[in-house]
Amino acid sequence: MAKTEFEPSIKSRPVYGELEVRAGKSHLLIADAEGAGAILDLAKSAQKDFLANAHIIYIPKNAGDKYTAQLEGLGARQYYAGPSYEAAVPRIQRVLSDASNGLQIYLAGTEGLMGQAMREATNIGYPYSAIQTEHRGSKARRMQCVHCKGITEDVTTDPFECSHCGLNLFVRDHYSRRLAAFQGVCVDAEDPGNVPDKVEIT
Amino acid sequence: MSSGAAKIAVKVTDVVEVNELVKRFRFERTDGGLMPTFSGGAHTVVEMDDHGTRRLNPYSLMSSPQDRSAFTISVRRDDEGRGGSLFMHNHVKTGMEMTISNPVNLFSLDLRARKHLMIAGGIGITPFLSQIAQLDNSNGNFELHYAVRTKSLGSYVDELTAKHPNDVKIYYDDQKEMIDLENLLDGQPLGTHLYVCGPKGMIEWVRKSAADAGWPRETVHYEEFLAPEPGKPFEVKLAISNKVIQVGETQSLLEAIEAAGVDAPYLCRGGACGMCETEVIGYDGKFIHNDHWLDDSEHLSGKKIMPCVSRFEGKTLVLDR
Repeated sequence: MAKTEFEPSIKSRPVYGELEVRAGKSHLLIADAEGAGAILDLAKSAQKDFLANAHIIYIPKNAGDKYTAQLEGLGARQYYAGPSYEAAVPRIQRVLSDASNGLQIYLAGTEGLMGQAMREATNIGYPYSAIQTEHRGSKARRMQCVHCKGITEDVTTDPFECSHCGLNLFVRDHYSRRLAAFQGVCVDAEDPGNVPDKVEIT
Repeated sequence: MSSGAAKIAVKVTDVVEVNELVKRFRFERTDGGLMPTFSGGAHTVVEMDDHGTRRLNPYSLMSSPQDRSAFTISVRRDDEGRGGSLFMHNHVKTGMEMTISNPVNLFSLDLRARKHLMIAGGIGITPFLSQIAQLDNSNGNFELHYAVRTKSLGSYVDELTAKHPNDVKIYYDDQKEMIDLENLLDGQPLGTHLYVCGPKGMIEWVRKSAADAGWPRETVHYEEFLAPEPGKPFEVKLAISNKVIQVGETQSLLEAIEAAGVDAPYLCRGGACGMCETEVIGYDGKFIHNDHWLDDSEHLSGKKIMPCVSRFEGKTLVLDR
């Protein structure tokens, strides 16, 4: 599966590239689900010392064990697979706070994973524009309800119901790097109950 | 003339000889009011009337951004230069009235950084003095590595080492001390930003070393004010103003445009800010690009020139000005 192509949208909507090896003292690769494919492709083009200085953090999600053996088999200096992004956060924070400049950061998979991992790196002063990303797999979005402020993970339809306050929310392309989430806005505020049919997010 | 940052009428209230090459000047407003606010790393453009020649030179502000009573700059005398620093050294005295610009910052701290690693060479120390004053007030995490020629020519070495004994390291050229850059860059915490100000060779060395060590471009900040280089005189046609002007040997293209009474935009006058970027309508000859605003492909395109520092040699040059 290749990288995802998105329709051009407003400036706020993040765009993703294709991972490529960059010169660095060490390399941190974080991926979820189909994002593993981007790491495997990257590793093909990498020199030996790349993996010797690489730390891979992988959250398989619905990809199950499809990629885990291959990823582990790359022989990175450190390999970790965990049950959820939330479970991996303390590890990611520790790795980033212990790292030196010269670390390169590669993120792959869903927007929710990439956005949240990027936020951890920018929180300690690493520039977001220096972080490489590649979107693979589900187009599900991490959404913030602008009304109750609750976050709903893995939203795949537009509109959707806020998992906190229950409002019917329209999926916007307006994105916050600080929250690592898109904005969800009440779709039937003027005419309660008049909710458009749900369509799959593309 | 309306271009450039807004102007401030000031009086020179102190001139101090820092060492045999550097003098410090203090400017206060003639109307007794407060100076504008600025952030560490900002500069002001000082206007000089050098016996009929108008000179505008940028100098970094070295006073604390918290102190709005005055602006302070330090000027290194350049005996080989075009004369701005010599004018400041030889003719600017306490009590003199001058015009300076509002502060402009092309070398600000990125306050998202976890740590600020500063590298200074010679008079390149000045922007760091205001940056360090700013960081002092916010408990900012910084480290300064400062290379000077000799102890007697080390401007502000004593003040810096007395106030920040653990964060400032001085390197004396005459004692063969060198900044061990490779080791210095290795092991800096992720989120460290690097700042360099000094001679051209030092800036290139630091930028290249950082790039080789995998430092993101966005974390490497540098400031280098270029003085316009003298060259062969040349003729320029200004299409909008419908004027043909001559650029003298020691005059910059921007200065020649201004001398012809044409109001051209500018800010730093040192090839750094991009404000004076001018479209080329036609040319027959070659450009001598000296700025570090345009990229290599723009330099080769023959479509743009930065008149503050760049020149031209050839038959004709027509500018969209």
